[in-house]
Amino acid sequence: MRYERPTTLQAASQLLAKEKGSAYVLAGGTDLLVRLRTGFIEPDLIVDIKRIASTRTIAKTATGFKIGAAVSGAELGENAALKKAWPGVVEAANLIGSKQVQGRATMTGNLCNASPAADSVPALVAAAAKVVIAGPKGKRTIPVEQVPVGPGKTSLKKGEIIEAILLPKRPARSGDAYLRFIPRTEMDIAVVGVGVSLTLDAKGIVTAARVSLGAVAPTVLLVPAAAKAIIGTKLDAKALDALAAAASAACKPIDDKRGTKDYRIKVAGVLAKRAAKIAQQRAGGK
Amino acid sequence: MSSIKVSTTINGDPTEYVCEADETLLDVLRNRLGLTGAKEGCSTGDCGACSVTIDGRLTCSCLVLGAEMDGAEIGTIEGMASGEKLHPLQKKFIEHAALQCGICTPGFLIAAKSLLDHNPKPTETEVRFALAGNLCRCTGYDKIVRAVMDTAAEMRRA
Ligand SMILES: Cc1cc2nc3c(=O)[nH]c(=O)nc-3n(C[C@H](O)[C@H](O)[C@H](O)COP(=O)(O)OP(=O)(O)OC[C@H]3O[C@@H](n4cnc5c(N)ncnc54)[C@H](O)[C@@H]3O)c2cc1C
Ligand code: FES
Ligand code: FES
Repeated sequence: MRYERPTTLQAASQLLAKEKGSAYVLAGGTDLLVRLRTGFIEPDLIVDIKRIASTRTIAKTATGFKIGAAVSGAELGENAALKKAWPGVVEAANLIGSKQVQGRATMTGNLCNASPAADSVPALVAAAAKVVIAGPKGKRTIPVEQVPVGPGKTSLKKGEIIEAILLPKRPARSGDAYLRFIPRTEMDIAVVGVGVSLTLDAKGIVTAARVSLGAVAPTVLLVPAAAKAIIGTKLDAKALDALAAAASAACKPIDDKRGTKDYRIKVAGVLAKRAAKIAQQRAGGK
Repeated sequence: MSSIKVSTTINGDPTEYVCEADETLLDVLRNRLGLTGAKEGCSTGDCGACSVTIDGRLTCSCLVLGAEMDGAEIGTIEGMASGEKLHPLQKKFIEHAALQCGICTPGFLIAAKSLLDHNPKPTETEVRFALAGNLCRCTGYDKIVRAVMDTAAEMRRA
């Protein structure tokens, strides 16, 4: 195995593209190192992106936030402006692992690891986040939900690296939230995760919403029907029930030791309601 | 396999080592540098026995490659006491009998110090959450939590 630490995206992309054996990007390493140590993968080349300056910063731009691919969960939690604009995204990222894991783990790694239960991904999908991908043929930008295509699989092509995650600018009266259910209070994998982002008008009526579910299908889901159930409402009991029903209906879960299908379907609805209420409060509604 | 040369600072001392690309920082500390304070409990990031700080941030050294450390500042348990003088956390761990076999202790001390550096007045809940990445098979955690709370109180008085 070789270890490379290039300082430009171009060089990193070329190293990956040229490699004949198996090559992996290294960000925080909290997934990659576990897979390496357990013999699950045997890389010929590891390309550490942490020396590439643009992957290390959180920038507030005219169109929102640009979060470098190597920014750790701990760094996200310390950025007051980001936390204020996107509390749900930051809380989701900060749920990943322990304080030790937070010191390294990135949202981009969480996304590219492509676990159906990745905690930050439903929050990013609800937030309508995009990723900037750098590759041998230049850069392209795609919605976050198009990155994972199945458990452990992404749509990234050979030589492609995610440079940053883009979060859009928030209209007034907007809020987001992420909730997960785990049997413990910390250090566990989501049985169900729900991200909700919404915008209210001056009267408190939901004018825009996105709802996303984790751990209930092979990839994180965007559920337009669940958003539709609350748009045009003040999140009264009827709207919340419709939201829960739409969220449950979208689930295609598996049975495993963490939860049965029926349980996941039910909990997805319950969490969707709760997350929507939190997002509403954060948007200044009640 | 090609060996990689790495220059770091460990507990304030400039340190150079050579390692293989697939060696973890934990391997380097224990097997190459003789710093055996960090323990290997799981090597999958779950137990926290290998906790160190890298550029001031708490991390599991089993989840980091030795090769990644060029230019980094590493803090290990060996740097916690000043000479013979124990850190207040170390003293309180002894006083409260917050250890039995001791395998988890270096990790708990590093994690607890990192907490107190950022939050000198944690609540019990904050202490428990901050130490959730450290597992102990012996003590049942209560004595550890009490030792950390007591240290925080004493350091605030000092
Ligand atoms: C003890 C422990 C607890 C955990 N708890 C949780 C949890 O509660 N919730 C959760 O969701 N996850 C959890 N995880 C999993 C892991 O920490 C997260 O998925 C984390 O966000 C991964 O980020 P990373 O930067 O460490 O990724 P890395 O390990 O560096 O990379 C992960 C994958 O993504 C690829 N990759 C990384 N960056 C890029 C890039 N910029 N471009 C292209 N590909 C890239 C890598 O090649 C690799 O395949 C836990 C892990 C551990 C060890
Ligand atoms: S040995 Fe590193 S966390 Fe257990
Ligand atoms: S004292 Fe034995 S594991 Fe904690």
